[in-house]
Amino acid sequence: MQYFIQQLINGLTLGSIYGLIAIGYTMVYGIIGMINFAHGDIFMIGAFVALIVFLILSAMFYSVPVVVALLIMMVVAMIMTSLYNWTIEKVAYRPLRGSFRLAPLITAIGMSIALSNFVQVTQGPRNKPIPPLISDVYNVFGISISLKQIVIAVVTIVLLTVFWYLVNKTSLGRAQRACEQDRKMAALLGVDVDRTISITFIMGASLAAVAGTLFLMYYGVVAFSDGFVPGVKAFTAAVLGGIGSIPGAVLGGLLIGLIESLWSAYFSIDYKDVAAFSILAIVLIFLPSGLLGRPEVEKV
Amino acid sequence: MTGQTALLAVEKVETFYGNIRALNGVDVSVNKGEIVALIGANGAGKSTLMMTICGAPHARSGRIVFEGTDITTMPTHEIARLRIAQSPEGRRIFPRMSVRENLQMGASLDNMQYFDQDVEKVFTLFPRLKERIDQRGGTLSGGEQQMLSIGRALMARPKLLLLDEPSLGLAPLIVKQIFDAIRELNRTEGLTVFLVEQNAFGALKLAHRGYVMVNGAVTMSGSGRDLLANPEVRAAYLEGGRH
Repeated sequence: MQYFIQQLINGLTLGSIYGLIAIGYTMVYGIIGMINFAHGDIFMIGAFVALIVFLILSAMFYSVPVVVALLIMMVVAMIMTSLYNWTIEKVAYRPLRGSFRLAPLITAIGMSIALSNFVQVTQGPRNKPIPPLISDVYNVFGISISLKQIVIAVVTIVLLTVFWYLVNKTSLGRAQRACEQDRKMAALLGVDVDRTISITFIMGASLAAVAGTLFLMYYGVVAFSDGFVPGVKAFTAAVLGGIGSIPGAVLGGLLIGLIESLWSAYFSIDYKDVAAFSILAIVLIFLPSGLLGRPEVEKV
Repeated sequence: MTGQTALLAVEKVETFYGNIRALNGVDVSVNKGEIVALIGANGAGKSTLMMTICGAPHARSGRIVFEGTDITTMPTHEIARLRIAQSPEGRRIFPRMSVRENLQMGASLDNMQYFDQDVEKVFTLFPRLKERIDQRGGTLSGGEQQMLSIGRALMARPKLLLLDEPSLGLAPLIVKQIFDAIRELNRTEGLTVFLVEQNAFGALKLAHRGYVMVNGAVTMSGSGRDLLANPEVRAAYLEGGRH
């Protein structure tokens, strides 16, 4: 039982990170109907920016409180990845809007390869480690919870709350949802659609940057290729939850995290990716619109 | 109406969908405080003209001038910010937003500054919307959606209101209610309205002036009463001719 709860906690931690990335996939899909395959690499770049900021901070100051360091890492990573994602949308995706559906998809895959190769060339192909930032571990009834896990949970909850408020209660979020439902009508009501799409890419990138920072803190290591597998898993999470649905992305992320850690715990750790991706295949066959997604056809 | 500068002037406008020409040199003008109706058969290009005025799609040639500003190539959202509001063909309610949120979308030009007072006005015109305030737009009936679509356009405090087929698919009683509301707004607030209708009789009775459109071009114009009396118009649009 303790072992099970332990795995549950590990799974939820991992799932939070997937969930944060998955929101970026699902929002972009919702508003322009494309899968931004470069999003996983945006997450990886977020982790790298956090790493670089950490190295600069530790070189400049003798000691920085961990909370402050983490906050600075996150904020800088958010700004940098936002810049990246904003530029990508403007340069690579916007000119293709209105062309055939496959064009932006292929471009996104190209963008993904370009980004990871760019990081490989400029940062080197090896794993980049950082010393453990937080190492406290608490024991509760024989279950060990690390402070890292608590930080991840708290950051995720705070971020999701802020994000929920933005999307559901502000005029910006309303404009985003309007663009998602009927872009032409939104424009007729004075919504600058291009700007709204840009903001969506920025929001997705910011969440991915936080996920990247948390990932770096949790595992203590990042490599140029780390955008791919977590990226595809987050995409799986978005599909599982129902692509286009934000609560679905979070739910899907948590489920994928749980499946992965429970599978590793009870079956074979080597096959954990197989388990996660089998889910994708099964969901697409039996539940094409996901857990919380809505069917494609709508009554008008 | 002579001697007055038009609020909206459409001059020799041509619009294409790909290689297909939908508008073929259209000239239309709407003066301040008028209700102008555009009638014509299905596929004549009426809705295309409405959308072209809003820049979606843009006219390929010709000129559209609103309050002295050339808006022919202006992006759609900037045209909307000049206070041209449209209740478009098919109503285009945001289906997964509540009635309130749909109305808020209309009021976003002023950052919702006048939302509370304007929403009361819309509710006076269409009390049904008040009962449905928290219901999702997609679950409303056709008539309620039409009221919401017009209400949403009014929330933008328009100088020019474009209505595309406000009577389409609605029960006669609701059509009357909506036409009465338009007449009332025009009389009390001087709202300028340009409306497209297949219901030629109702539209021409409501309007000060009218235009008849055939195959992407305006073929006749005149006061609403004159057009109603015109034998050609009667034969084509009023007495069960082609529809």
